[in-house]
Amino acid sequence: MNNYKPTIGLEIHVELSTKSKMFCSCPADWFGKKPNTHTCPVCLGLPGALPVANEQAIEWTIKIAQALNCTIPAISKFDRKHYVYPDLPKSFQLSQYDEPIGQKGSLSVHFDSIDTVKSFGITRVHLEEDAGKLIHKGNHSLVDYNRSGVPLVEIVTEPDFHDSSEVKKFLEELHTLIRALGVSDANMEEGSMRLEPNISVGLASSHGLPPYKVEVKNINSFKFAKNAIDYEVKRHIELLEKGEIPVQETRGYVEKNASTVSQRTKEEAQDYRYFPEPDIPPLTFSPAYIESIKESVPELPSHRLTRYVQENNISFSDAYIITRSTEMTDYFEKLCNAQVAESAKIASMLVNKRLSIADSIDVSLEKIKRALVPVQTDEAALAAAIAAVIAQQTKAVAEYKAGKETVLMFLVGMVMKEMKGQADANMVKEKLLTSLEAH
Amino acid sequence: MINIADLTIQKAQDLLKSKQVSAVELAESCINNITQHNPTLNAVLTVNASAIEDAKEADSLIASDSSIFEQKPLLGIPLLHKDVYSTKDLRTTAASKVLEAYIPPYDATVVKKLNEAGVITLGKTNLDAWAHGSSGENSDFGATKNPYDLQRTPGGSSSGSAAALPAGMCLVSTGTDTGGSIRLPAAFCNLVGLKPTYGRVSRYGIIAMGSSFDSIGHFTKTVTDSAKVLSVTAGLDRHDGTTVPHTPPQYHENLGSGTSLKGKKIGIVREFDHEGTDRAIAQVTRNAIKTIESLGAEVVDVSLPHAQYAIATYYILIPAEVSSNLGRMTGTRFGKGYEAFGDEAKRRIMIGAYTLSAGYYDAYYNKALKVRTLIKQDFDTVFENVDALLCPVSPSTPFKLGEKANDPLAMYLSDIFVAPMNLAGVPALSVPAGSVNGLPVGIQFVSKHFDEENLYKIAYAYEQARGNIEGLNNLSF
Repeated sequence: MNNYKPTIGLEIHVELSTKSKMFCSCPADWFGKKPNTHTCPVCLGLPGALPVANEQAIEWTIKIAQALNCTIPAISKFDRKHYVYPDLPKSFQLSQYDEPIGQKGSLSVHFDSIDTVKSFGITRVHLEEDAGKLIHKGNHSLVDYNRSGVPLVEIVTEPDFHDSSEVKKFLEELHTLIRALGVSDANMEEGSMRLEPNISVGLASSHGLPPYKVEVKNINSFKFAKNAIDYEVKRHIELLEKGEIPVQETRGYVEKNASTVSQRTKEEAQDYRYFPEPDIPPLTFSPAYIESIKESVPELPSHRLTRYVQENNISFSDAYIITRSTEMTDYFEKLCNAQVAESAKIASMLVNKRLSIADSIDVSLEKIKRALVPVQTDEAALAAAIAAVIAQQTKAVAEYKAGKETVLMFLVGMVMKEMKGQADANMVKEKLLTSLEAH
Repeated sequence: MINIADLTIQKAQDLLKSKQVSAVELAESCINNITQHNPTLNAVLTVNASAIEDAKEADSLIASDSSIFEQKPLLGIPLLHKDVYSTKDLRTTAASKVLEAYIPPYDATVVKKLNEAGVITLGKTNLDAWAHGSSGENSDFGATKNPYDLQRTPGGSSSGSAAALPAGMCLVSTGTDTGGSIRLPAAFCNLVGLKPTYGRVSRYGIIAMGSSFDSIGHFTKTVTDSAKVLSVTAGLDRHDGTTVPHTPPQYHENLGSGTSLKGKKIGIVREFDHEGTDRAIAQVTRNAIKTIESLGAEVVDVSLPHAQYAIATYYILIPAEVSSNLGRMTGTRFGKGYEAFGDEAKRRIMIGAYTLSAGYYDAYYNKALKVRTLIKQDFDTVFENVDALLCPVSPSTPFKLGEKANDPLAMYLSDIFVAPMNLAGVPALSVPAGSVNGLPVGIQFVSKHFDEENLYKIAYAYEQARGNIEGLNNLSF
């Protein structure tokens, strides 16, 4: 195994949550709707129908590209990508070929600490349209065009990954980022985010990319992506060990046994016959327009994570959990803004579920305040409670005396229970120790 | 019955306004001509069964509201659409067996605009299938015949639309001009044919041939009629991203005095004066030049040095776009397999798929795009110095049916004087100019982008000075 080095690149499709479709005014919200009700001549590809580009989708793609540190060119365009399939009504997909909206970027991912950060290259970010959906029933296949023409952003990474856990972490970070931008729900179950790893394996000692790659299509979970990569890497190494070079092909993921199966080999690879879409004039972006979108990009999760750890002394693990969802981050920021406690304390309470984002801000602020007020302890009652516990818990006391110090926390708990929680924990521990010494 | 064959839109409007004729009478006369002459001419593929009903409605509007023509400038005018215009609930075939049973669920923008202006749609006209051709012979439903000589082509691809007017089947017909498909048949059938600037008239709903070329125009008998129709069809369409925002003028109200071309500079293209042109046709062009000179225009010699590459460039770019646009006509949707395509469509699909394929794209498609840019620049340069060009439309008179049908290259060369304008996207207007051996001959005026107003002014003055066309065969059907 150690003789070999896997190289992995990713293609990620993200469905944008714009109101209307990419090239017509049909609602883009297709999931769970009655088949073929969100359609018109344009997304049905009827003869004569023409596409008109959705400006919101273009703006959001620029936003994603900017969040991924891409260069946004002054001119971009759409191209026709030809292939024949029943769910593709025009027999071409409107996509972007040689002038994508986002070019050459990167995404930094933190691993287990604020210092273990790794940057992965983004090759391109482009905008295209989704296809319809085929539904197979017995001997019949039905087509639902509700999804046809829904805006889809494709993010392509450099082959910068060398193991599946890196990939999983990267995808989680990207998912968090997309959701933070508010441009897609990135709902994995509904297929709003689809993953395609490209995998190849070469000798660890050799330089350059292996002479082949295998693409695994349309995976809709991070875990499945990891499984698919693990399966493929193992399969490739077995072939390489036998002196064979794995076949360049497209494979599909099989959920039930975490494996993959061949779908299409290189010999059957398609020539998409790309050419510039004549029906949509080239897109031109002024520097002012690009700048205005940049200003609308919120603080990104990884930036926030760094700020929390470095400026607010929040632990990495707490900060990481808080920055995973926009809801959590927003809630946390609101609590911090009230300035009733150190943000590290609030972070810890939130992560340890002593606070809930289901509560109103006021309720949570009350809980924080209460946690901060030192408890008034009735010392006479405490002495009585300690005496009672020592008398009752003879076995535990004996164990403690015998050197099993962990029993102490159990006894503290019993005293706290006797005091109905109305005692300062540190004082309880102190007095209990004194009493045990004397016992 | 009214003599539709000699009637113009302008005259029909006077008659409708003064209630000397009704919309129903106009429609009935046209339908009567279709019934009588279509078996001979094969110009019309589908008749709109509700045409007379629509005409009745127009008549009741005219009866109840005297100012109705201000809102509906073409009210009661009988019209035929080339069968690539999507018409809601009315069969639209592109003259191909593939779409034989296709009934669109929507109207093309231009169809909608013309309906709102009050036209009476009588039906759909024949064409070369998918608009691929210059003679009408590529129709899957049989060739259309020229009303001036039944042995000859009316020109294509808008063959039926052109043949229908002299035969009195309508007062205006629509067409598409991708490489001359309006101007050539207009010249062959003694008509005014407009190819507007690319982007001037919406393409939405019109079955695409070459998406970056298709220009949406029409046939009429006079320049005034042509301008009246463009005043309705021109303008921005939010369904067509290539239409331009600036508001078009009311062309028919800006035709000028029609008596003088003083101060206008007209260019004659040196490269179009070549040996391949029929000498009698060259004489008609020279006569037209004399006519505009007599109107005070200054005539100058100009050059379009790359125009000689127009046909070669056209037949790289067009098949590429065709191969892409026809991909959607699948059996899944329309119930016909690819074998239902005719030879010319297959030829274009194969050539286009080849030139777009990996490894050939740069040598063919990309190179042709560069030549296209040079041709565009030729026109831009010329229009820095002149107001319009005057050119021949066709190197020959209407050729015989069958004469070029088995020689695609000879057929493609019919378009040498008309295709360059489509590569450049500039507007051009084909106008009747004379006759040779009883057959119609046209000339075309060409202007810079979005300058149809100027084009109409010049053509209108020429038309007035030219007078009637003499020596045409009697209509023979």
